[in-house]
Amino acid sequence: MRDKAAIRAEAEALASVFSEAGAVPVEAPLMLSADTLLDLYGEDIRARAYTTDDPDRGEMMLRPDFTVPVVQSHTENGAEPARYTYLGEVFRKQPAGSGRPTEYLQLGYELFDRTDPARADAEVFALFVKALEGLGLRAVTGDIGILLAAIETLSTTEPRKAALRRHVWRPRRFRALLDRYTGRADPPAGRAALLKAVRKHGVEAVIAGAGPAVGLRGTPEIAERVERLLADADTPPIGTAEAEVLSEILSLRAPLPQACDRLWDMTVDLPGLTQAVERFAARIEALAGAGLDPASLPFEASYGRTTMEYYDGFVFGFLADGRPDLPPVATGGRYDALTAILGDGRAIPAVGGVIRPELVHQLKTGEGAA
Amino acid sequence: MSIRLGVPSKGRLMDKTFAWFAERGIEMRRTGSEREYAAEVAGADIDLRLLSAGEIPRELASGRIHLGVTGSDLVQERIPAWEQAVEVVAEMGFGHADLIVAVPTCWVDVSTLDDLDAVAAQFRQRHGYRLRIATKYHRLVRDFLREAGVADYRLVDSQGATEGTVAHGTAEAIADITSTGETLRANNLKILEDGLIHRSEATLFRARGAEWTENERGALAEFYEQLGLD
Repeated sequence: MRDKAAIRAEAEALASVFSEAGAVPVEAPLMLSADTLLDLYGEDIRARAYTTDDPDRGEMMLRPDFTVPVVQSHTENGAEPARYTYLGEVFRKQPAGSGRPTEYLQLGYELFDRTDPARADAEVFALFVKALEGLGLRAVTGDIGILLAAIETLSTTEPRKAALRRHVWRPRRFRALLDRYTGRADPPAGRAALLKAVRKHGVEAVIAGAGPAVGLRGTPEIAERVERLLADADTPPIGTAEAEVLSEILSLRAPLPQACDRLWDMTVDLPGLTQAVERFAARIEALAGAGLDPASLPFEASYGRTTMEYYDGFVFGFLADGRPDLPPVATGGRYDALTAILGDGRAIPAVGGVIRPELVHQLKTGEGAA
Repeated sequence: MSIRLGVPSKGRLMDKTFAWFAERGIEMRRTGSEREYAAEVAGADIDLRLLSAGEIPRELASGRIHLGVTGSDLVQERIPAWEQAVEVVAEMGFGHADLIVAVPTCWVDVSTLDDLDAVAAQFRQRHGYRLRIATKYHRLVRDFLREAGVADYRLVDSQGATEGTVAHGTAEAIADITSTGETLRANNLKILEDGLIHRSEATLFRARGAEWTENERGALAEFYEQLGLD
């Protein structure tokens, strides 16, 4: 382990920015229920988190991040609005041979506030700017909310939109779906033959003819999806113009004010985007209000799409440009949907982020630099 | 110091391994009784170890054996970053088996991974938990499904009779090894068209992490020459 005491001291110095902002320090258990994490992140989390067993509580995971336990503790006994800070180890499996650390400190700040999301986003981001000042990091911002709103504006069916929404965080599958919905790619093999048979003989006969019913997924469920496929086959493709606007949004990279202008231009053709762009504009104003210069902040629409996290609005990262070997020094974003799932329907808009103090320490000491 | 070679200790895999080496002029034979798992090699400076095929990946990874014969599926499943730990010396042309994803034949609406992903979403919504895929190849299956962008599934461990899990209601789909597809058909399962995860075959591996002094390297070069390998 690197100089653990020095890293902790570094972390505590950084943390003062958050405690001065009025954040309450919180602790979180080291072992978390594997079921909760698996339900949120899917099976992929097994490749990232360490699993262990408890005789009473069943399968447990060593804390891969603080978001889940902090949200859980807030929904159980938090008052609103609430500001929390935490500092502790997280544990992540790394690719074999990569030499990356498998346990490291995370320093975090989370804000639960339902009054003014733009102001909350700006508050969190400005605190991170302040905490990381002088390190020469490049900030990057994104907004998953814009992408979700853009999907909403497509003139297509709800099931197609739902499929696209579900895969916003999996760019490859998203692209494949979009290609199919726009008619650029063919439907999956065998689809046409299936639909033809169903139209001729009826869905029940086709299912019965395919073999005995085995397993939990019964005939009604299969029939329901076949009906969906029939309806989907009759759905006209998403127009080229609309798909182009979506691609344009996905590839949008510009300083915040210019990005905002471009998005306003798009609302002429896509009025459905207006609300999301209004939120975007309000955030820029709030960032300026927090003393930051929006023109110096880059926006990348696709930023945050490949992270494991559950961000669904504003996202940000702080990167050490001179050190391509280092992961982002800090990341964060808004995760309203996650609080709805964990809070059993009691959603609370939330935004927060984490800093990796050991990376800050490395940057300051020049340790590991080429 | 001679080279330690691990080969499967029983069954057809052992017989075919012995035959493969015999064809190349290296006679392996068991010594002692059937139960002793002792063996020797005539005609080469090789210390032969009979091991369970399932243990050979571990022995290769730790470098306790220099060479080993086992299924490529086991090596890829059990050794993290296997290409850094072992090197493929020869694909041996037997022990063929495909690791595949299979679903019930009555799922007429599912023929590709794309369908499986859509059904996983539907299943979770309807049943409140993620669609279960029974397998013992957790790493290979998870990597494959992540690459394909399949979500909302859960792997359940099945160390044997995996094809039966669907009929027993403990899984909705399976990912398992098949050679002829006979067992799948008998259990009313079908392979997804793009559901081939890995084409496995008995393979001779070299452990990169074993001790390779000049002695072993010399012995290896000689052994490769006898086998007709470069």
